[in-house]
Amino acid sequence: MSSTTGDLAAGHHGHDHGSYLTAKRGLMSWLFTLDHKRIGMMYLGSILTFFLVGGLLALAFRVELATAEPDLFTGSTYNRLFTLHGAIMVFLVLVPSIPASLGNFLLPLMLGAKDVAFPRLNLLSFHIYMLGAAFLVFTLLAGGVETGWTFYTPYSSTTDSAVVSALMGAFILGFSSILTGINFIVTIHKMRAPGLTWLRLPLFVWASYATSLIQVLATPVIAITLFLLVFERTMGIGIFDPALGGDPVLFQHFFWFYSHPVVYVMILPAFGVISETVSIHSRKHIFGYTAIAASSVAIAAIGFLVWGHHMFVSGQSELAGTIFSLITFGVAVPTAIKVFSWVATMYKGSIELNTVMLYTLSFLFIFAIGGLTGLFLATLAVDVHMHDTYFVVAHFHYVMMGGTLMGFIAGIHHWWPKMTGRMFPELPAKIGALLVFVGFNLTFFTQFVAGSRGMPRRYHEYAPEFETWQFLSTVGSFVLAAGLFLTLFYLLWSMKGGAKAPKNPWEAKTLEWETESPPIEHNFAGQVICRTGPYDFDEIDTSRA
Amino acid sequence: MTFAAFLPLLAGAKARAGDAIPLTPKWWLPESASTFSHKVDTTFALIYWLDVFFFVLIIGAMAWFTIAYRRRSKDQKTSPVKGNHALEFAWSFIPGLFLLSFFGMGFVTYMDMQVPPADAMDVRVTGQKWNWSFEYPEQGLQLASADGLVVPSNTPVRLTITSVDVLHSFYIPAFRTKKDAVPNRYTSLWFEAKAPGEYQIYCTEYCGDDHSRMTSKVIAMEPAAFREWVAGQKSASASMSPVERGQKLFTAQGCAGCHSIDGSTLIGPSLKGKYGANEQLADGSSVAIDDNYIRESILTPNAKIVAGFAGQMPPYQGRLQDDEISALIDYIKTLK
Repeated sequence: MSSTTGDLAAGHHGHDHGSYLTAKRGLMSWLFTLDHKRIGMMYLGSILTFFLVGGLLALAFRVELATAEPDLFTGSTYNRLFTLHGAIMVFLVLVPSIPASLGNFLLPLMLGAKDVAFPRLNLLSFHIYMLGAAFLVFTLLAGGVETGWTFYTPYSSTTDSAVVSALMGAFILGFSSILTGINFIVTIHKMRAPGLTWLRLPLFVWASYATSLIQVLATPVIAITLFLLVFERTMGIGIFDPALGGDPVLFQHFFWFYSHPVVYVMILPAFGVISETVSIHSRKHIFGYTAIAASSVAIAAIGFLVWGHHMFVSGQSELAGTIFSLITFGVAVPTAIKVFSWVATMYKGSIELNTVMLYTLSFLFIFAIGGLTGLFLATLAVDVHMHDTYFVVAHFHYVMMGGTLMGFIAGIHHWWPKMTGRMFPELPAKIGALLVFVGFNLTFFTQFVAGSRGMPRRYHEYAPEFETWQFLSTVGSFVLAAGLFLTLFYLLWSMKGGAKAPKNPWEAKTLEWETESPPIEHNFAGQVICRTGPYDFDEIDTSRA
Repeated sequence: MTFAAFLPLLAGAKARAGDAIPLTPKWWLPESASTFSHKVDTTFALIYWLDVFFFVLIIGAMAWFTIAYRRRSKDQKTSPVKGNHALEFAWSFIPGLFLLSFFGMGFVTYMDMQVPPADAMDVRVTGQKWNWSFEYPEQGLQLASADGLVVPSNTPVRLTITSVDVLHSFYIPAFRTKKDAVPNRYTSLWFEAKAPGEYQIYCTEYCGDDHSRMTSKVIAMEPAAFREWVAGQKSASASMSPVERGQKLFTAQGCAGCHSIDGSTLIGPSLKGKYGANEQLADGSSVAIDDNYIRESILTPNAKIVAGFAGQMPPYQGRLQDDEISALIDYIKTLK
């Protein structure tokens, strides 16, 4: 399976006879490539660049928030900073993060396929992503936008900042997301190698499948909603603005009908990564394969019916609030099943505490807190107190940033040898993982306390009683930034200076490890045939089965 | 559902006496000062301790496995276990019962918080960038953010909330209650302060530049003191000159939030020394500031926008009486 065919040996500069990295040369060979691996790597580069931008914006307002008094920025500037931080992190980083980068790179490899089902559509989705990103960058240059990433009406209908270009950016990015989703669904259905049955699919593929379903079904709703808001602003058609006869609460329903399911677009792929890493680095078959796979789909389905929990104090009827609260608790069950199954997977394993495992354990720690604090917010009476306070900010950073990001970084390290053909250095990586873990928890755990004690979110000056918590949070954000910068530096360094990676450094059983590191241009030299399950490791003592 | 019935009982007799259960992690919460805040705290406490239990269980197991099953040799054998249906059922079903009981407790307390007693005193609350105004229909009074929301303690108070511009949200942490202010719509909340005192009010729905300054206080007084205060307010307003009345309206209607009287520029132009002067407008023309211009600028502010400012002011058409507008003009005349 590891031999390459003659026509792929053109990349003679490479050490690996025509890896996808060297098969063709020049900028155009990247920008207009149809190779899912190159598209995945371009997404990875773009997403990490925007992650840096969004992160720097956050550091700027964390400095402001270190003291209760406004010292660096006016309210108007502060509002632009947190809005752009949110919009960039949600639309340009978290939504595409794992699916568009790791998903694009890995999905065909894991399926034993040569590419995704529609390579041109895949390239188009990347180009649309760049166009949408250009709109958001233009928004930044045009003086920014201060509506919050939620664009709540009638504030967003009436303010004179660059709302239209920001909305158009988010609208365009939605198409990128939809196209990726369609492509993945078709690829998973039609491109699996012989022998790769549904129940032999790696759990990362199951998670990507559930994610794609949400992307395809929910994204059109936000696209239409944002477009209606553009109509309202540019043509004065009253839809959401009460001054024009519209209904601002309707906007919230539309907005959260997409934006709640989309939090599962962000977190499900991280679940997929963790299912792989916890099993592979514990050398144990995943515990409860069917339950984990089914719970991804269950979360995707139930996730469509809980949007009203963002609106418990909006004036929504008590009956609606009660129903949404009940269904919200329904999402907690499949989520709990996953967490328990991951921990059980480690039982009687052979656990190597490498960088990937450190990030996996960080994920479990942080996601457990993120999930458990969600229970306060799903509970009607407690949410009324917590709503729109820092408790909510801390909660969604624990699940979205902590959960998704730990999964993303774990995945980047786990597949770094496959993607780049190089190993990363373990020692700086472990130091980075430690800094990220400590920094993250210091930044956001303090915000739980500030929030439950009553500090509202989106405040740029605040009561002195919250200063200790906010100051510690700012200190934490710099520790977190130090860890992330260290990670960036050694990863970039390893692309030239890292040790050459073997085909399968983790001795994993999924198909992406059967080809070279980095893979050849067409993934596999011949037809791949799947003969084992994804988690049947050599160390498993089958005599005791 | 047995758990749903069981847990509130576990909350103990003390909860019924108006205190949260003894195990409430008070460090996590602000002071508790309304008749239902202890019920919210009790729900918080139960979720909190079950969360702590499950967190210790999950992370404890994770840490134990990490240490006990660390890799000692490269060919270390591992267990062939792939799942366990009984265990998987248990860890779906038992947390499910806890979740249902959280839902049940949250729902019961929520209904208490939503349904005001029939004899509640009414106050109308209006949110506007970036202040609150409080209107007392039964007492015939009007107060602004700076005055605070004055209420009798040990008396249920029902707030009918609306907004004249964008969304706001009315939040009293010590009372554990909150409700959005939505333009063109009324929402409501109620509370009963357990004791006299001052309790912070925040705006918790993002509303622009001065969102974090849109604060006020609930000032709860003994019912007798409240009646005295109402009488005092009424006699004071009866003997007010038009200028004094205008000055009062200037804060109560939120003008002071955007227009300074000392020449400094806030959201809108300062009104110091403006009467009788000429104003440069955004369209390049200029206008003399007289009674008619001020009247127009109050009722339909976007008709003439002063150069250098965005037209952000909400129209007061239909919200002020003629004598109130005249009082405001009289006051503005005095700002030399």
